[in-house]
Amino acid sequence: MAKVPKPSELLPGISYRPPQKGWMDIKPEFREGNYCNPAGLKWLQWLGYPHIHSWSVENEDWGLPPDWKETILQGMEDRLKRFRTLRLFFDICVRCGACADKCHFFLGTGDPKNMPVLRAELMRSVYKRYFKPVGKLLGEIAGARDLDEAVIKEWFYYLYQCTECRRCSVFCPYGIDMAEMTILGRELLSSVGLNIDWAMASVAQCYDKGSHIGATPQAMKDMMDFFAEENERVTGIYTPVHYNRKGAEILFVAPSGDYFADPGTYTFMGYLLLFTYLDLDWTLSTYAAEGGNFGYFISHEMGKRLNAKIYAEAKRLGVKWILGGECGHMWRTMNQYLDTWNGPADFLEMPVSPITGTRFDNAASTKMVHISEFTADLIKNGKLNLDPQRNAHIKLTFHDSCNTSRAMGIFEEPRYIIRNVLPEGHFVEMPPNTIREKTFCCGSGSGFNADEYLNIRMRGGLPRANAVRYVHDKFGVNHLGCICAIDRAVLPTLMRYWVPDMEVTGLSEMVGNALIFPDEMERTTDLRDRDLVGVGETAEEGGEEEE
Amino acid sequence: MDFFKRHFFVALSAVLGLILIAYVGARGNLQVIFGVVVPYLAVLIFVEGLIYRVIQWARSPVPFRIPTTAAQNRSLPWIEKNLGEKLDNPETTAHVIGRMALEVLAFRSLFRNLRTELRQDPDNPEGARLIHWSHKWLWLGAIAFHYAFLVVILRHLRFFTEPAPYPITLLTELDGFFQFFTPAVYLSGVVLVVAVAYLLWRRVSIPTLRYISLAADYFPLLLILGIGITGILMRYVFKTDVVAVKQLALGLVTLHPVVPAGISSLFYVHLFLVCVLFAYFPFSKLMHAPGVFMSPTRNLASNNRWVRHVNPWNYPVKFHSYEEYEDKFREAMIEVGLPVEKEQ
Repeated sequence: MAKVPKPSELLPGISYRPPQKGWMDIKPEFREGNYCNPAGLKWLQWLGYPHIHSWSVENEDWGLPPDWKETILQGMEDRLKRFRTLRLFFDICVRCGACADKCHFFLGTGDPKNMPVLRAELMRSVYKRYFKPVGKLLGEIAGARDLDEAVIKEWFYYLYQCTECRRCSVFCPYGIDMAEMTILGRELLSSVGLNIDWAMASVAQCYDKGSHIGATPQAMKDMMDFFAEENERVTGIYTPVHYNRKGAEILFVAPSGDYFADPGTYTFMGYLLLFTYLDLDWTLSTYAAEGGNFGYFISHEMGKRLNAKIYAEAKRLGVKWILGGECGHMWRTMNQYLDTWNGPADFLEMPVSPITGTRFDNAASTKMVHISEFTADLIKNGKLNLDPQRNAHIKLTFHDSCNTSRAMGIFEEPRYIIRNVLPEGHFVEMPPNTIREKTFCCGSGSGFNADEYLNIRMRGGLPRANAVRYVHDKFGVNHLGCICAIDRAVLPTLMRYWVPDMEVTGLSEMVGNALIFPDEMERTTDLRDRDLVGVGETAEEGGEEEE
Repeated sequence: MDFFKRHFFVALSAVLGLILIAYVGARGNLQVIFGVVVPYLAVLIFVEGLIYRVIQWARSPVPFRIPTTAAQNRSLPWIEKNLGEKLDNPETTAHVIGRMALEVLAFRSLFRNLRTELRQDPDNPEGARLIHWSHKWLWLGAIAFHYAFLVVILRHLRFFTEPAPYPITLLTELDGFFQFFTPAVYLSGVVLVVAVAYLLWRRVSIPTLRYISLAADYFPLLLILGIGITGILMRYVFKTDVVAVKQLALGLVTLHPVVPAGISSLFYVHLFLVCVLFAYFPFSKLMHAPGVFMSPTRNLASNNRWVRHVNPWNYPVKFHSYEEYEDKFREAMIEVGLPVEKEQ
């Protein structure tokens, strides 16, 4: 694993002053720690990807196919015809610079090509050279440049320093969406055999077995049963898990991050407690076992191929509607792509909460409801008996995930849940320019969870961490809440790096902590086995503090 | 010469060259070329180019509905959205029209602009922290520039109409409200030149912005600056025969072009720069003006979950079917008690 400089070394080294040399004359230097490893050949074979070959990023020769240039240009032309966005976004950018300091990778690296305007210009310059007469004629002075291998390498470097978070798009006066351009650019790179391992491994595993983590059905069941046991151990309540059950009312689809590792697993335990409490008629699927979609990060087609399983499984099981777990990019795809890709879901019914009778009209076509909507509705209708004191050890700030914010707009539901499961005064917002639609990315989205990429990830996460540190120092916040599985997977690392002593938690975990079951045994710990305030050691300590 | 200088001076020389061409042409008795042929040609290129480009965009479909959701989306009935939220995350066509109106008339997105700085902070263990300021200067410069330009254009309609319609006369009077100079100083002209100068200044002086700027960014600013300055010079310093100018303008719009005598060369320089701007428009980034109306992240309602968006080129893809999946794992599934379709 690449060495990552200490925070105190990294931060002072960041400068937003661009170099003297023009950007066309500067080429990226690939060093251990600033690139993701090439995809393993096995994954690509499973998926039937083109031009599968072995290559190394630090090698001069990337082993591109002989006709790589035609492939890229043909691919670009094809996408210009299929996506109005691409042509429009190429044509109308005025380089006003409003997006420049909005990108977390620019703020964390100071690399001018991480300004979204310039990242787009890396592709736009090729578009101008081959698709615009003025670029053909005037070349560099028209901002056009030849497509050579160095350009491809530059695309690889910078298109994998964009997490498709869309923060720049919020500030762009024309709504130019860097995320869409990044996806299309990555599609082009894929077409000549350039893919990154973490993303491709996840995609291939999901395609073949059911989820990104590659759990076989039996392994997945093992994990789930373990959570049920854990729930029973901690709360005394048996939380049955249902698998592939035909005729269930609801198919529940969660991101696999929630059953893979802490602290996501506690969120999953929270789901199970909630469903048991409600006596919900639900089922999991070991086949459509993944809500997330790493395929979407790298191509529209791959996203569609993975997502297809969800509706197919809902149909096979004969469920009425689908409930989705806490995940970020999953909800981008469920909100903006699912129905277009794989719909219409006319075999499903309008989602209605069996507990409150609330019709989720806002999901009338996709037939898929977000767990935060579902839970907020339950709380509003007084269907959950909650004891916020069981979360009294938590002082929380909430991280709006990029995708649920800027590609869906789910802001109030999670906050409503938070206010109801935490004691008064235990929820503190980060500064307004760093939350909601202006929220900062975790720095590791869109397939960057890889360890070899820690250097870039810690840089990309700087703006997020910086805002967390502010509420940590000022208000004693000790937990970072989120409704995204990638967040739960990567924010703990980011926090250990920039803001030690900060725990990361999903909201359903806190719901699970707070839920009072009838005839339950007295709870002394939360789902993580931490003593509750007023119980055991914390009682004594807490008492002293209060005195 | 470095990248910045090359791009800046190419643009500057181009504008100076254009001024020189028009000046020499006017002096060399080519008034018919510069007063009639070039304007007609420019308008023709402008109109045809504009239509061509818009059609070119329109021919590519919008496969996915991907609006940027900058506020709460439609949710549970008790989660209410105020008007601002409705416009920042529109659910209906009316909201979309509102969002677009705000975007086009008030530069909504630019108004959000922030400036982020890495500020030294001894209290921080790393010695510095990021701060995010509200930063409205770019918005102010842009809005001042665009509205001033609009007023200037409307004001010029009095040259093309006889008698000038009342709204135009009124606008002209309002524009010249501050009569601290004779002839009355038009505010719009002053604001236009100041705003363009600011936009140019920030492009040259802010290092990151200078780094991303191309000749195509300096050229229109310099061109418009040239148009503004020649216009102002003509009105306040080297006065030209306005009656003759109006005769020329009326001749052009009535398709009976005449070239009256007594029009200064400065006027032809001014007119030529305007013509270049028109002809340049469809082939440049100035197409952001019609383009913003077609931007799919802004002009679509965020109603994906209840109204299906159809992709015209949606094609079937190969995915791993449940049958293939069960065939692979059947034995193991049966062993751990997972339900299967076929027992063997």
